[in-house]
Amino acid sequence: MLVIGEKLSVIAKRVREAMENRDKGPIQEIAKLQHQYGAGMIDANIGPAEDGGEELMQWMVTTIQEAVPLPVCLDTTNAKAIEAGLQVHNSEWGRPLINSTSNDPERFPIVELAAKYNSQLIGLTVGKGGLPADAEERAGIASEIMARAMENGIALEDLYLDPLVLQIATTQEQALKVVQSVKMFQELNDPPMKTVVGLSNISNGCPKEVRPILDRYYLALLMYEGLTAAIADPREVRETVKTIDVMMGKTLYAHSFLEM
Amino acid sequence: MAFTAPKETYPGKVYPVGMGTAEKAVIVGGENVLPFHGFEGEIPGKPLVALEVQDVPPQDWPKAVRDACESVSGDPVSWAKHCQDALGARAIALRLIGTHPDREDRSAEDAVKTVTDVLAAVQVPLVIMGSNHVEKDSQVLVAVAEAAKGRNCLIGKAQEANYKTIAAAAMANDHQLIAMSELDINLSKQLNILITQMGFAKERIVTDPMSSALGYGLEYTYSVMERIRLAALTQNDAVMQPPMLADLGMYVWKIKETTATAEDMPEWGTLPERGIAWEAATAAAFLLAGAELLVMRHPEAVEAVEKFIAEMEV
Repeated sequence: MLVIGEKLSVIAKRVREAMENRDKGPIQEIAKLQHQYGAGMIDANIGPAEDGGEELMQWMVTTIQEAVPLPVCLDTTNAKAIEAGLQVHNSEWGRPLINSTSNDPERFPIVELAAKYNSQLIGLTVGKGGLPADAEERAGIASEIMARAMENGIALEDLYLDPLVLQIATTQEQALKVVQSVKMFQELNDPPMKTVVGLSNISNGCPKEVRPILDRYYLALLMYEGLTAAIADPREVRETVKTIDVMMGKTLYAHSFLEM
Repeated sequence: MAFTAPKETYPGKVYPVGMGTAEKAVIVGGENVLPFHGFEGEIPGKPLVALEVQDVPPQDWPKAVRDACESVSGDPVSWAKHCQDALGARAIALRLIGTHPDREDRSAEDAVKTVTDVLAAVQVPLVIMGSNHVEKDSQVLVAVAEAAKGRNCLIGKAQEANYKTIAAAAMANDHQLIAMSELDINLSKQLNILITQMGFAKERIVTDPMSSALGYGLEYTYSVMERIRLAALTQNDAVMQPPMLADLGMYVWKIKETTATAEDMPEWGTLPERGIAWEAATAAAFLLAGAELLVMRHPEAVEAVEKFIAEMEV
C-alpha cells in the first residue's frame, strides 16, 4: 500500500505562504515528516497556478527532493507546470506520478506528457459533465482512459485509476460506490489495474474531530478491496495501513508490528 | 519448441552476513532467490556447514558419532584443529555445553579459556554457542564475546529471555548474533524486532527458528523456515531477511534411529551408516527449506552434504 503524502497543498495557509515566498524551510520540514511516517511519495499540489506555475512546480519538485529520497506526485490542472516539474524530477528513487488526466478533453494532453517523460499517471474517472453516478459508470470512464493511455504507449501498470472519493456529509450513498469501484477497476485488466484515492475527500466538510476517524475506517474498507495507493496524511493513516496489511496477510504478524 | 524454464524474480533479498577474518572469512546468505535457484538470481555465499566441537568430551553423543572424533575429542583445541586441518571444515561450531548447570557447570572463566585457546589454534570462522541455559548463557556469552573480540564470530543463542545482554555483548565486541525462537514464525519476527530496537544492526543477525530431526519434528522446522524465507523474498519483509541457522546435529544424534544398534533393529541396517544418512538427509531438507548455515556432527554426513551442495549449484 503506497501512501502519497498529501500535506504539501496550496490549500494549507502555511504551505501556500511558503510557496509564495519560495521559503524552503516549511516545505522540506513537512516533506521529511511525511517520509518519516511512511510516505512512499510526496504530493505537490500547487492548485491551478495560472501565473508562474511552471517555475513554482520546478521549485517544489527540487525543494522536496533535496529533503527526501522520494518521487513526487505532480498535482495541478496546469499542464505546462506538470511538464516543467517532470523536466527536473529526479527519478533515482522512483518515477514521478501525474495527478491527473480524466475523460475531460481538456485533460487529454496530460496523457501525452506522461508518455513523453516516462511518468506514471493518475486517471480520474470523471468526464466533462457531472459526477459519475455509480461504480459501473466509473468503470466505463476508466476503460476509455485506459484505451487512451495505451494509444499513447503507456503501460497499463503505470496507470492508477482514481474513482473520485466524494464527501460523506453531502453524498453519503457515494461512499460505498467508490469502494465497489476499486474492486471493479481491478477486473478491467490482468494483471489488475492499480487504484488510488484522495482519501481525505471523504471527510471534507465534517467536524475536525471526526475527520481522522472517517478517513481511517474508510481506508480500511478500500484496502480490503485491494486499493493500491492513497493520497493521505501518512501520520494519520500509519496505524490503519500496518494493521490492515497484517490482517490481509501482506505482512507477517509480530507483537511489535506497529513499530516496524 | 525448446522448453524454457519459467523464472521468478523476488522483491526481497537475504542479508549477507560475514563471519571470520582474513582469507578464511566467509559470507552466509546474500541471495535474492529461493534455495539453489541460481538460475533466477544471485547466490553469493554458498551454504556453510560448521562442524560441531564441544568444550567437554562428548560423552552424551551416541557411539556411532562419538567414534568419528574419539582420538581428538578429549580436548577442544585438538578437536577443532582436527576439524580444520584433517577434515577441511570451512567453519567450526564450538558448543559450550559444559557450562550448563546440570552438566559440568563450568564457569564463564573456563569458557573464556576454551574459546581463547580454540581461537588461537584455528583460522576458520567460529560459531560460539552456549548451553541454551537462559541465565548461564547470559554470563558465559558476555565473557566469551569479549575474549573473542576482533575475530568476527557468530555468537548465540540469544532468546527472548536473555537477548539484551547477549546482543549488547555481540554489539560491543563486533560479532554477529544468533537469534533463536522456538518454532514460531511470529515470535521469530518479534525477537528480531526487539534486537534491532536495541540498536543492533539487522544485517548482523542469523535466525535460528529451532531445529529438529527427520522423523522428530522436521516438518515443523521445515515449514517455519520456508515461511521465513518466503516473507523475506516475496513480501520483502526486512525483519525476516537474516540468513538462517539449522543446528541439527544435536537433534539427530539422540533419537532411536541413530542410536539403536543393528542387533536391536536388524531391519534398519547398520550403524554408523544409518546415522550418517539420517544426519545428511535432515541437513539436505533444511538446505532446501532455506537454511544457509548448518551445524553438524558426523564428518561423513558433512561430506555427503557438501557433495549435495556442489551438485545442486547451478
